[in-house]
Amino acid sequence: MAGKVAEQVRPRVARREAAARARFPRVDRFIPFVVLAPSVAAILVFVYGFILWSTVVSLSRWQGIVPDLTFVGFRNYATIFTSYRFQSDLRNTIVFTIFFLIGSLVIGLLLAVLLDSRVRGESFFRTVYLFPMAISFVVTGTAWQWLFVPGTPQEPTGLNLLFRKLGLPVFIAWSTTSEVWPGGGWQPEWLRVPLGIPLAMLPVIIAAIWQMSGFTMAMYLAALRGIPDELREAARVDGASEWQVFRYITFPLLQPVTLAAVIVLGHISLKIFDLIMTQTGGGPGFATDVPGIFMYETTFKSNKYAEGAAIAIVMLVMVSVLIVPYLIWRLRTETER
Amino acid sequence: MERSTQFGSSQQLTRRQLIRRTLAIGVALSSSASLLAACGGGAQPTPTPAPQAAQTPAAAAEDKLEIFSWWTNPGEADGLAALFEIFKQRRPGVEIINATVAGGAGTNAKAVLVTRMQGGNPPDSFQVHAGQELIGTWVVAGKMEPINDLFEQEGWSKVMPKTLLDQISYKGEFFSVPVNIHRSNMLWYNKKVFADNGLEPPKTLDDFFAVAEKLKAAGVTPLSVGGKDKFEVPHLFEDLLLAVFGPADYTKLFSEPSMWESDPRVDQAIEVLDRFLSFANEDRSALSWADAAQRVIDGTAAMTIMGDWAYGYFINKGAKAGEVFGWAPSPGTDGMFMWLSDSFGLPKGAPHRNNAIEWLKVCGSREGQDAFNPKKGSIPARTDPDRSVYDEYLLYSIDRFAQDALAPSVVHGAAANEAYMTEYGNALNVFSASRDKKQVKSMLIEAARELKT
Repeated sequence: MAGKVAEQVRPRVARREAAARARFPRVDRFIPFVVLAPSVAAILVFVYGFILWSTVVSLSRWQGIVPDLTFVGFRNYATIFTSYRFQSDLRNTIVFTIFFLIGSLVIGLLLAVLLDSRVRGESFFRTVYLFPMAISFVVTGTAWQWLFVPGTPQEPTGLNLLFRKLGLPVFIAWSTTSEVWPGGGWQPEWLRVPLGIPLAMLPVIIAAIWQMSGFTMAMYLAALRGIPDELREAARVDGASEWQVFRYITFPLLQPVTLAAVIVLGHISLKIFDLIMTQTGGGPGFATDVPGIFMYETTFKSNKYAEGAAIAIVMLVMVSVLIVPYLIWRLRTETER
Repeated sequence: MERSTQFGSSQQLTRRQLIRRTLAIGVALSSSASLLAACGGGAQPTPTPAPQAAQTPAAAAEDKLEIFSWWTNPGEADGLAALFEIFKQRRPGVEIINATVAGGAGTNAKAVLVTRMQGGNPPDSFQVHAGQELIGTWVVAGKMEPINDLFEQEGWSKVMPKTLLDQISYKGEFFSVPVNIHRSNMLWYNKKVFADNGLEPPKTLDDFFAVAEKLKAAGVTPLSVGGKDKFEVPHLFEDLLLAVFGPADYTKLFSEPSMWESDPRVDQAIEVLDRFLSFANEDRSALSWADAAQRVIDGTAAMTIMGDWAYGYFINKGAKAGEVFGWAPSPGTDGMFMWLSDSFGLPKGAPHRNNAIEWLKVCGSREGQDAFNPKKGSIPARTDPDRSVYDEYLLYSIDRFAQDALAPSVVHGAAANEAYMTEYGNALNVFSASRDKKQVKSMLIEAARELKT
C-alpha cells in the first residue's frame, strides 16, 4: 500500500522540484555554499594550510630565527627518532595513554554504576566527582606535584606525611626517580631508553585520572539513563542475575559511549602538555617528558624550527592513528543508517 | 517505511553533489592557502625597510616606549621600575609600555619575542643575555642595529671590561648595552651548621669532599641541589667544569668542540659531578633552585652551589647575610668569576627608535646601573659604580669582578648558542637521574655538534 502511494508521489515531487530549479536556477543551490564558505576557508587556511606548512618546515633545514627552507628530506625525523629524549617521550606517551584511558574508564564506569543505583544525594555526589574537570590542568598539576614531593624518610612531606600521620609504614618517592619498572628487559642497540613503566609517570597518571574520571562518569551516567528499563526488566524476567544483566545487557549498550570516551581522552593524552609541564616539567631525566614539551622546548628554547615541526607532525600522526579509524567508522554507520 | 528511504536517497543525492562541490572548492582554496603560507615565508625579510620609515618622522611625536623583558619577580621588577623612573625624568610625557612575559626563566618571553620579531612587530628594546644568546640568535640573523656611536658617545668601552665587550660585539660592532653582571660560581653555606661542626667553607674540590664527609657523618645533607627548573644540575656542572679546566681551557670547550671527545678532563669533571651528587639530596628533581636554597637557611642542608640571585632570595626571606648564611667561590674556582649579563639591544624596525636610544643611554649610565642593580641583587657592568649604594655581598662581588679571571656561563646564555644550551642541559638532567657516566659523555659529545653551526 505504502509503496504504491510513494510511487505515485515520487514523480510528482520530482516534477515540482525540477520546476523550482528552472525558476530559481542558481540562488537556491548556492546559498549553502555561500554560508559555509567562510568557515571552510578559515579551516582550510588555519588548520590544513598550517599542517601543510609544518610539513614543509619539518623537511627543511630551518634552525635559528631566519627561515631556511632548504629541503633536507627526512633528516630531522631521523635526528629526533634517534635522540634519547624523543624515544623516552614516545615510551612515556604510550604508558601514559594506556594507564590514563584504562583508569579513567574503569573508575568513571564504577562511579556511574554506583550513582545509577539511585543513591540518596546523587546530585551532590555527581557534582563532587565532576568538579575536578572544571579545574585547569595547570592547577591539578601544581597541587599533585606538592602532594607527591616525597621529602625524606625522616621528614616526609606531602602524601608521605599523611601516611606517617595515619601510621602507615609507606614511603613513596616516585616523583624523584627515573627508575623504569620492570626494567632490564629487551633493549637493542638503537633503543636508548629502557622499556617499561617509568615510576615517575605514576603521579602524573593518578592526577590525570583524578581530573578526567568525572568526565567519563558523566558520559556513562547519561548512557545508563538512556538504556530503557524494559530491556533490563525483560532480562530479569528471563531469570538473569544482576551481574548477568550488567554483563549482557548494560555493558554492550555502553559500547558507543566507551568509544567516544576513548577518543576524547585519547586525544587529550596524546597531546598532553600543561599537566606534565606544571607537575614534573618532564623530569626527572625525561622520565615523564612527552612530545608536547619536547616540541615547545625544541622550537622556542633551541630555536630549532625544523625539528620542532617534525615533532609536531609525529604528534599529528599519532592522533590521526586514533581518530581516523573512528571517523571512518562513524561515517560508515551513518551512511548505513 | 519506504517513503523514508526515498527521502533518504534523494537527500543522499544532494549530499553527494554537495561533497563534490565542497571538494572542488576545497582544492581551489587549499592551493591558495599553501600559496599564502609560502608568501608568508618569503615575506619574512621584508620588514627591514621599516627603520627608515620610523627614522624620517623621528622628530615628530614619539610618545611611547615599549620595553620587553621577563623581569616580573620582586627585586628585578623593582630594578626595572627604577630604570623607568630615570627614563621618565629624561623624557617626561613618554608613556612606557612594560611588556613582560613571566615564567620559564625567560623561555616563555623568548617564544613571544621570536614571534613578534618574525612578524615585523619588534618592541623598542628587549632584554637579552649578553653573549651567544644575543650574537648567535639575533645579530647573525640580521635583526639588530649596531650601536657603536652610542658606545663612543657615552664612553662605555672605557668603563666596561674587555671580556664583556667581546661578548656583545660581532665583526667589530657593538650590539647591546649590558646592565648587570651575575656570578654563577658561588657556594652558599649555613654559618651555624659549619660552626657547629668546626668547618671552614671548602676552597678546593678535595676540601669539599672532606667537608661533605664530615657533614654526612653529622647527619646533615652536605649539598642541596634543585632540578625542577632543569637548569640546576647543568649549572652545578658548569662550575665544576670551570674548577677542573680553569678559565682559559673552560672557554675553549665552546670554541673547540672536539675537546669534549678528546680531553680526559671531561671524564674527570663527570666523575667529580657524580661524587658531588652522591653528597646531595635525592629528591632534587622535585625542588626548584629556590627550594634547594631554602634548605640551607633552614639548616637541613649545609651548602648549595647557585648563582648570586640566591643572595637576593636569602635576603628576601629575611636571612641575615654573614650571620645565617655565608658565601665563597664554588670549590676549586677561587680567583675565577663565571659571569652572565642581562643586556638591552636595539632591534631593527623599533617603532620608537629615538626613545629606544634614550632608553639604552639610561641602561648604560652610571646613574641607571646604580639604581637598577642594588634592587636586582646584581653588580653593574660598569667598573666605576657608586660603592655607597651596594651592600656587603655586592661590594665583594664588584671587587672580585674587577680582579678575577672571567669565564662566560654556558647555562645562562653567555658561552654558547641556545641549541647547544638545551642539548647540554638535557644530557645533565638525564645524568642527574640515571648517574650513567658513559651515557652523559656520549650525550655531551652529541651536544657539542651544535657548537659548530
